Amino acid sequence: MAKMSLEQLRKLREEKKQDLTRREVEGKEIQIIVGMGTCGIAAGAKETFDAVVKAVEEKGLGEQVIIRQTGCMGLCYVEPTVEVVKPGMPTVIYGKMTKDVAKDLVAKHLVEGKLLDDHIFDRPAADIMKK
Amino acid sequence: MAYKNFILVCAGTGCESNKGIEIYESLLREAEAQGVKNDVQIVKTGCFGFCEKGPIVKVLPSESFYVEVKPEDAKEIIAEQVVKGREVKRLLYKKDEKSASNVKVEDIEFYQKQFRVVLRNCGVINPENIDEYIARDGYSGLEKALFKMKPDDVIAELKASGLRGRGGAGFPTFMKWDLTKKAPGDVKYVVCNADEGDPGAYMNRSTIEGDPHSLLEAMAICGYTIGSHHGYIYIRAEYPLAVERLKIAIKQAKDYGLLGKDILGSGFDFDIEIRLGAGAFVCGEETALLQSLEGKRGMPTPKPPFPANCGLWKKPTVINNVETYVNVAVIMTKGAAWYSKIGTEKSKGTKTFALTGKIQNSGLVEVPMGTTLRDIVFDIGGGIRGGRKFKGVQTGGPSGGIITEKSLDEPITYESLSALGSMMGSGGMIIMDEDDCVVDIAKFYMAFCCDESCGKCAPCRIGTKQMHAILEKISKGTAVEADLDKLEKIGKSMTKASLCMLGGSAANPTLSTLKHFREEYLEHIRDHKCRSGKCKDLVVYEIDASKCIGCGLCARRCPVPCIAGEKKQPHVIDKSRCIKCGECFKACKFGAVAKK
Amino acid sequence: MINAKINGMPVQVAEGTTILEAARKVEVKIPALCYNDDLEPWAACGICVVKLEGSPKLVRACTTPIAEGMSVITNDPDLVQTRKTVIELILSTHPDDCLACPRNQECELQRLAAEFGVREQPFPKMLRGLPVDSSSVSLILNPDKCVRCGRCVKVCQDMQNVWAIEFLGRGANTRIAPAADVQLNDGPCIRCGQCSAHCPVGAIYENDQTREVWDQLMQSGPEAKTCVVQIAPAVRVALGEAFGLKPGANVTKKIYTALRRLGFDVIFDTNFAADLTIMEEGTEFVKRFTNMATGKEGPLPLITSCCPAWVDYLEKYYGDMIPNFSTAKSPQQMMGAMIKTYYAQKAGLDPAKVFSVSIMPCTAKKYENGRDKTMWSSGQKDVDVTLTTRELARMIKQAGIDLVNLPESEPDSPMGPNTGAGVIFGATGGVMEAALRTAYTLITGQELKDVNFTGVRGLSGIKEASVHIGGTEVRVAVAHQMGNIAQVLEMVKKAKAEGKETPWHFIEVMACRGGCIGGGGQPYGCTDEVRTARIRGIYDADEGSTYRCSHQNPYIQQVYKEFLGEPCGHKSHELLHTHYESKPLYLK
Repeated sequence: MAKMSLEQLRKLREEKKQDLTRREVEGKEIQIIVGMGTCGIAAGAKETFDAVVKAVEEKGLGEQVIIRQTGCMGLCYVEPTVEVVKPGMPTVIYGKMTKDVAKDLVAKHLVEGKLLDDHIFDRPAADIMKK
Repeated sequence: MAYKNFILVCAGTGCESNKGIEIYESLLREAEAQGVKNDVQIVKTGCFGFCEKGPIVKVLPSESFYVEVKPEDAKEIIAEQVVKGREVKRLLYKKDEKSASNVKVEDIEFYQKQFRVVLRNCGVINPENIDEYIARDGYSGLEKALFKMKPDDVIAELKASGLRGRGGAGFPTFMKWDLTKKAPGDVKYVVCNADEGDPGAYMNRSTIEGDPHSLLEAMAICGYTIGSHHGYIYIRAEYPLAVERLKIAIKQAKDYGLLGKDILGSGFDFDIEIRLGAGAFVCGEETALLQSLEGKRGMPTPKPPFPANCGLWKKPTVINNVETYVNVAVIMTKGAAWYSKIGTEKSKGTKTFALTGKIQNSGLVEVPMGTTLRDIVFDIGGGIRGGRKFKGVQTGGPSGGIITEKSLDEPITYESLSALGSMMGSGGMIIMDEDDCVVDIAKFYMAFCCDESCGKCAPCRIGTKQMHAILEKISKGTAVEADLDKLEKIGKSMTKASLCMLGGSAANPTLSTLKHFREEYLEHIRDHKCRSGKCKDLVVYEIDASKCIGCGLCARRCPVPCIAGEKKQPHVIDKSRCIKCGECFKACKFGAVAKK
Repeated sequence: MINAKINGMPVQVAEGTTILEAARKVEVKIPALCYNDDLEPWAACGICVVKLEGSPKLVRACTTPIAEGMSVITNDPDLVQTRKTVIELILSTHPDDCLACPRNQECELQRLAAEFGVREQPFPKMLRGLPVDSSSVSLILNPDKCVRCGRCVKVCQDMQNVWAIEFLGRGANTRIAPAADVQLNDGPCIRCGQCSAHCPVGAIYENDQTREVWDQLMQSGPEAKTCVVQIAPAVRVALGEAFGLKPGANVTKKIYTALRRLGFDVIFDTNFAADLTIMEEGTEFVKRFTNMATGKEGPLPLITSCCPAWVDYLEKYYGDMIPNFSTAKSPQQMMGAMIKTYYAQKAGLDPAKVFSVSIMPCTAKKYENGRDKTMWSSGQKDVDVTLTTRELARMIKQAGIDLVNLPESEPDSPMGPNTGAGVIFGATGGVMEAALRTAYTLITGQELKDVNFTGVRGLSGIKEASVHIGGTEVRVAVAHQMGNIAQVLEMVKKAKAEGKETPWHFIEVMACRGGCIGGGGQPYGCTDEVRTARIRGIYDADEGSTYRCSHQNPYIQQVYKEFLGEPCGHKSHELLHTHYESKPLYLK
């Protein structure tokens, strides 16, 4: 992208904000967001990421699911952490999401519409940018 | 088939002991009994924090937040919420008696005790995508500064925010910037200290890994304010992921024209370069960092002159740490008025901590200044692992002191921590329990400082070494009581006469443990006893013949091996060969191995 | 001006004055170990800490500027205790072999321990047993004695811009060592010895060769040799300091007596060789200057070469400028060559039976006497042993000679009598001034009315002057203290690269601050105050001389008539000139 002017920056910001409220990224409505800070990676987040990719493909959900990365969610004691955003389901953060559990996640949460027991953790604080 | 409702039952340790599991099971039974088990999924979750109001039950998607739930409430929750689709009003969280009861989760400010200002984007955005940062008002602070504010307005805003440096002693940030702005000279520099080196601290690493653009934005704002066109981020080479994400971020910002020449057409130029540190702890000290940045051996230089007047390459320089800059980005975006409401009168805003050690929920936390240590340790951190007894918390890493039980209710501010003989430091927070030995802790930190001393000034270079030798003697049981006086004598002189804060604070862990736990030191010296068993030279393992059934498990586990005995006969440890690894003690199922 | 108080006493000083400097104004001495007047404060030792009224923190007096209204306390019991503990800590890492230490009784740590009344060492010794580096013929490095004050590193890097010494390791393992951890002799060290002159303890010191000289002096029977000694210009105004005299006190004639009493057979004065150097180098300059248009006698500027540390620096750092270098040997080496040829011949001695000793203010001279094969121009080693001023002082003390009260005496002929031009070689600008005095006569055939070229004198780091000789302007520059040289040479190179006329025709360079009077082998405690006094002593000697220009020295005229022929002639080239080659910074 070429260098922006002030107007272009503002326009881009508005566009991207709307994308956020639509909760849709690149036309895909299900998001799986893996915490990929050093803490997460040390706990196996890369393997988790790969396992999610594989499981999503196996279930034929590639068209609907986008898998993204983010930084540390602050829940280092239950790394790897994964956030799942799916219409009709509450948005939740899963912890202790090892590569084996990741398969389960796709099968249960995405396919069956069920939350995974014993893996849900709360985001540690409210989002100050929402107000 | 999709569920209509999801009931989340907090089954963290706090709530579990408060019958979280019982509530969970009651809810399952009730859903079955009331015939709605296909409409609702009931799941156990991790701790929600807020344990004093536990057990907590959340219902989604209505976001009903029930507190102090009892197992017998299950029937009503299922009947009302799932069957009739109504909230159970009497269980909802009330901020105070008067307020409306239907408070949504998101409205419950601080309910989790955490407040994420610095970490607002961490774990939310993709750090490798500048658009996501921009979508969350990223670079709007820079925009505001460049087009709506004069440099002095930025300084006034920072002053109004009350922001103080997050790296150590808490120098007012606006003052640092103002001094540098006013210092004569055409060439000035903006430097970010990302040389996080305290054992157990990783706040800066996570911040950069999760939200690199916040730092870049703030540094550009700083450049605009003080009249600098060049910034350096000095980051340790041991943080490859953070470095990589910074590189990506800098490239994206340059591509967008948010760094580089004529930013957003404002006429202001600013570039940022990354410089890798080789991992010397002392390079976190700002003058040593500047030396290292210049390509010299990282040794602190005397202050004055201060970097504000004579910093990098002898030019006026602002040097702040990562957290300070990231705060600036928020202040510029959300305003000083908003920011200054957070925290205490003298310590504004929030502080990030890396909570580690013997803590249930280790992790990266951020709390408003003024939060008590008790809140952090017991609510956010979930208390001590394995139900052991809390002994102390070390803040400020090797420069801080131990804070004990009796000071847990002290609100965290710059002033309160130093009054307690510790310091804010960058934010490492290591929790210790009864299994930790104070001599061992003091020795660990002293060994660290001894290794990491730059070797320039005599009090630190030699003092740390001599103090470590004495601590070593104490842990071996060969010290005499007069050695404690020597520890204090060296410690005091080192604190007073060292050039930089590494030496100036290296004695803190020793002096503070000595102050709070002198008895334990004396036990080591007089009784040759280490109550926690950490000082191996003082521990003796013995098998109590009356309890030993002769199973032989200890002998099989012994790596030396030095345990012998006939089958089904009491075994014996050959103490002369025992290496005190403690494997037998851990292995014995009958409590026959005694640690003395 | 700033008004403040020190121990309750009002003090008024200029802005920027440190607490330590301000305290001196009210006769308050603040103890320090790493502080040195020559160097930017490095703030390492932690001994100079003082209190500021109303502040709980201690500050370092060496670096903290005194501020308006400041009230400083320098000596309460708490401070004394803190300092004493720091000294005790330093002692815990310092060997106790004071009695066998080269710095015994001249050690700043020893003095501090005495002043603070250290009577026990509360902390166990933590010595590291680091090996002594004696690879250099000039200097010995004993890192175990090092107190890490950093003076040597600052001197070598900041003052001298040589970067031969560096801190290695960290924490308690920090040590000073040759850069890149090579042996001292294998690195960029130019052996100026400024590190040894600034070291407060016995961690870096001159290679003491007094034993070799004693052995030869005491020799009788077939192994005995005629012991001939020369003393350098700068020695005479500094040696007295080792015997309690004031800096600058000229003890030349007492030194002659002392040397005789030590057992030397013949006493010559390097001043004479300095006169000889002027004849050679002056002629070389005149040839180049008068042939400037063709350049057939060599390029300009001509750069002096009597300082061996500078020679080493040039060979290592500026090999491309060798053609500008005067090929004339230094006075020490000219004298050495003349002793074993001219004098031996005259006295009917076998050069192999002559033992030639030089007394120099310099540690690099120890290296120079074996620098290359031209230092054996007599067929023997021209100068067998070089002793520094400090070593001579030690020999005089060992022999029980009461230098201060000695009767005076004269040097021996024919290479003793000298001129004021010879003696000023000891001070920065002196070689230039002496050369100009003679060049004037060589070019114009006339004698100068006023021989004083004051523009090249004094302690400023780079001095420039322009002199009219016979209607032509001669532009000269004088640089001293190695760190100042690069700037001068870079300007010369820049002019050359741009095809412009050279900024100067003649450049004098001395490696040490103040010239040889501030040499690395001079008595300890050199400051600018001391340098100024020594320089005064040198110019007083010049003014008191019968002859003030080298060419006027009748013995010089005699030497050319009897032996050398003409300046820069065939014999001169054999005995009095040398050559240079580019050298790598690191041998390995």
